[in-house]
Amino acid sequence: MLAFVLRRLAQSIVVMLAVALVAFALFNFVGDPVANMVGPDTPLNERAAIRERLGLDEPLPLRYARFVAHVAHGDFGVSYRTGEPAGRLILSRLPATLELALCSALLALIVGLPVGVYTGLHPKGAATRLMLTASLLGISLPTFVVGLLFIMLFSVTLHWLPAFGRGEVVQFGLWSTGLLTRSGLAALVLPSLTLGLFQTALIVRLVRSEILETLRTDYIKFARARGLSERVVHYRHALKSAIMPVITISGLQLGAVIAFAIITETVFSWPGMGLLFLQSVQTVDIPVMAAYLVLIGFLFVVINLVVDLLYFVVDPRLRLKSRAA
Amino acid sequence: MSGNKLLLALASLAIAFTVATAEAKTLKIAGAADIPTLDPHGKSDNNTLSFLGNIYEGLVRRDAALKLQPALAVSWSHPSELVYRFKLRPNVKFHDGSALAAADVVFSFERAVKPRSEVRTIFASFKSARAIDPLTVEVETKWPDPLLVERTYAVPIMSKAWAEKHNAVDPVDMNANATANGAHRGAMGTGPFMLKSHQPGRSTVAVVNPNWWDKKASNLTEVTYVPIPNAGTRTAALLSGEIDLNYDLSIQDMARVRATPGLKVVAGPEIRTIFLALDQSRDELLESNVKGKNPFKDIRVRKAVYQAIDIEAIRKHVMHGLSRPNALMWAERVNGYDKALDKRFPYDPAAAKKLLAAAGYPNGFEVGFDCPNDRYLNDEETCKAITSMLARVGIKATLNAMPRGKWFAKLLPDYKISMTLAGWFPLGVYDAAHTLTGVMSCRNRQQGRGIFNLGGYCNPKLDEVIKASEREFDPTKRLALLREAARIHRDDIGHIPLHDSFIAWGMKAKVDVVQTADNILLWRYVTVK
Repeated sequence: MLAFVLRRLAQSIVVMLAVALVAFALFNFVGDPVANMVGPDTPLNERAAIRERLGLDEPLPLRYARFVAHVAHGDFGVSYRTGEPAGRLILSRLPATLELALCSALLALIVGLPVGVYTGLHPKGAATRLMLTASLLGISLPTFVVGLLFIMLFSVTLHWLPAFGRGEVVQFGLWSTGLLTRSGLAALVLPSLTLGLFQTALIVRLVRSEILETLRTDYIKFARARGLSERVVHYRHALKSAIMPVITISGLQLGAVIAFAIITETVFSWPGMGLLFLQSVQTVDIPVMAAYLVLIGFLFVVINLVVDLLYFVVDPRLRLKSRAA
Repeated sequence: MSGNKLLLALASLAIAFTVATAEAKTLKIAGAADIPTLDPHGKSDNNTLSFLGNIYEGLVRRDAALKLQPALAVSWSHPSELVYRFKLRPNVKFHDGSALAAADVVFSFERAVKPRSEVRTIFASFKSARAIDPLTVEVETKWPDPLLVERTYAVPIMSKAWAEKHNAVDPVDMNANATANGAHRGAMGTGPFMLKSHQPGRSTVAVVNPNWWDKKASNLTEVTYVPIPNAGTRTAALLSGEIDLNYDLSIQDMARVRATPGLKVVAGPEIRTIFLALDQSRDELLESNVKGKNPFKDIRVRKAVYQAIDIEAIRKHVMHGLSRPNALMWAERVNGYDKALDKRFPYDPAAAKKLLAAAGYPNGFEVGFDCPNDRYLNDEETCKAITSMLARVGIKATLNAMPRGKWFAKLLPDYKISMTLAGWFPLGVYDAAHTLTGVMSCRNRQQGRGIFNLGGYCNPKLDEVIKASEREFDPTKRLALLREAARIHRDDIGHIPLHDSFIAWGMKAKVDVVQTADNILLWRYVTVK
């Protein structure tokens, strides 16, 4: 088990190095960072001096090697846009994104699991058809449109919820949370709904298909033949098998949600990592872009590791196999 | 705390809060970009100045028509060619109560020309300053500069003592750890508002300065600035009432805001002029099917491009009325503008075709057309309209619209363009000199001239006139030289001027503002009913 974890962590370093390499190769095509740093009337020799100072014209392998060396010391460079150390800047925005992602994932599970189970157990009902249509909408509507629709309805027309921002947050050392204040909770609702809509729809359809499939298997037939009640058959046996793929998908989705909450964060002006990344792309803020991509690479590896470990916990077959090995 | 005590505390808090809010006149402004730094010599873009211009002041300021007015200096004189003398306003206090003195002005000027200062290029003629007495400053320039007083508008005055105490003696270095510099997140000026808090990316708050030296025309007590990058969300926040003023209203949202009861749009011309630059420096265009010669070197081709463009149609249908067609390279409120010269060559596609045929291109030619898509108001839409207009006379332009990061990479330092849309705002001095030096002078890397001369247009006669105007102190003679420069450039068709951009602010109907053509929102003019 320990060997497994260590092997995975070593792999994560390889992943991050690869991501950083690809990122640096791309940075030659993102535009001119100096233009955003100085006014349009700045003389050419001054621009050249800045480029030299920042090492922007050096060959790619050299810049990459220097970047890796600095990152090994935890130094991601200084943001061209805000003048703050890039690593610290991203970490300061991490709580906002994580809170949003976790809330949306939780929402998706709380809504998606029961709905999925219901539609799986009652495949022909009218309510099922309604829920499936709604889930279809949830999968097909782009996040951008959903977010703006929510804002138009709940903020502009009804004045129930705020259209932007995070509200008041309470700071606990490095972490900041909006869950403890009224305005923070209000501000969390629409973005979580927007971000969670797609995940909910996905979970509903997944759980439903898993349950439908499981209910057709032999061991369920034997359980019924043995005289177990429908309730025990459904919830103790069928559901447990259906949970497995949901864990996988939710885990992988969580990584994607954290990394790519960019659109939701932009629409709601949510001060998280996603919005920071978008702004850094627009202003060609290379240190922040590089730091963000490397950290996201690391995040994906860690999430995949956690998902695999959860398999051990949930699936007894894997536990037996590892003990035998 | 016991239940009853808690209830009492909450109740009294609620009462106090209601009483406070009844008298407080607050303004919540939302803009697209965040305020990158609070250092007054740190950035020279309009968004930052629109905030800092209320907290910091310079020796002079501008009124609603952008005319120069005394501010921290009550009078100035020009005893010799290289020397200016400023008499400071007495009894002016910084926000911490300390008195403004000549030493603060000397310190601020010297700070403004240090290596990392963004206002250095505007203040380029400054050599040194000294305090003659606590209320008199003498400034020496490197060369004779008739615009020195105008330039001081762009150099806000900081408190020397505060800067020394807060590690802000040097301008903020945005490429090293900027937060170590006290002026990056803090401010100490003399303006009508004081900084209260600054959370980058979230909100910045300022409160009214009760000890300001001028009488107040505003009834604001607190101003909050929040960045909302998404244009749709920004408009939604205005529609929902969460913000009071949308500083960057997009054109397509204007009708919606106008139609909403309780909201209004305040729009007006900006001193930013949009134009086309055509590559006249190369013998063969980089992005064209014409080989062996450069069509844009022929004035007939340039005139054909000019006359192919229906700028009125662009104003009506692309800009929705939010542009002012211009025949000059600077706007009405810029010093040096002359209405008599503001006569465009008429829109005439037939004449354009004849000119192209006479120049040897009866079937037109192909050319690459660069355009930013996130820099100027409806820039990409303007370029699309121009592309179709040029196609009608035979010039097949391939439009390449891109974000400003990529666009700038193409422009500088190697000017890798054949034809591009661009805009210019005469920073700081609001004078034609800024445009003449930056855009219309022959490119000269050593002297730092013609940096934004994207097409490489060069007329030595024009350069002579420009240089003469830079040394001319008599305002009448100088204006005549600026007019002469405009005339020469117009006859050369060095660039193709299009229009002056517009500013559009959306706000609640109860907010009254004075909109100045430099797109700087001055809170000292804002009243909330």
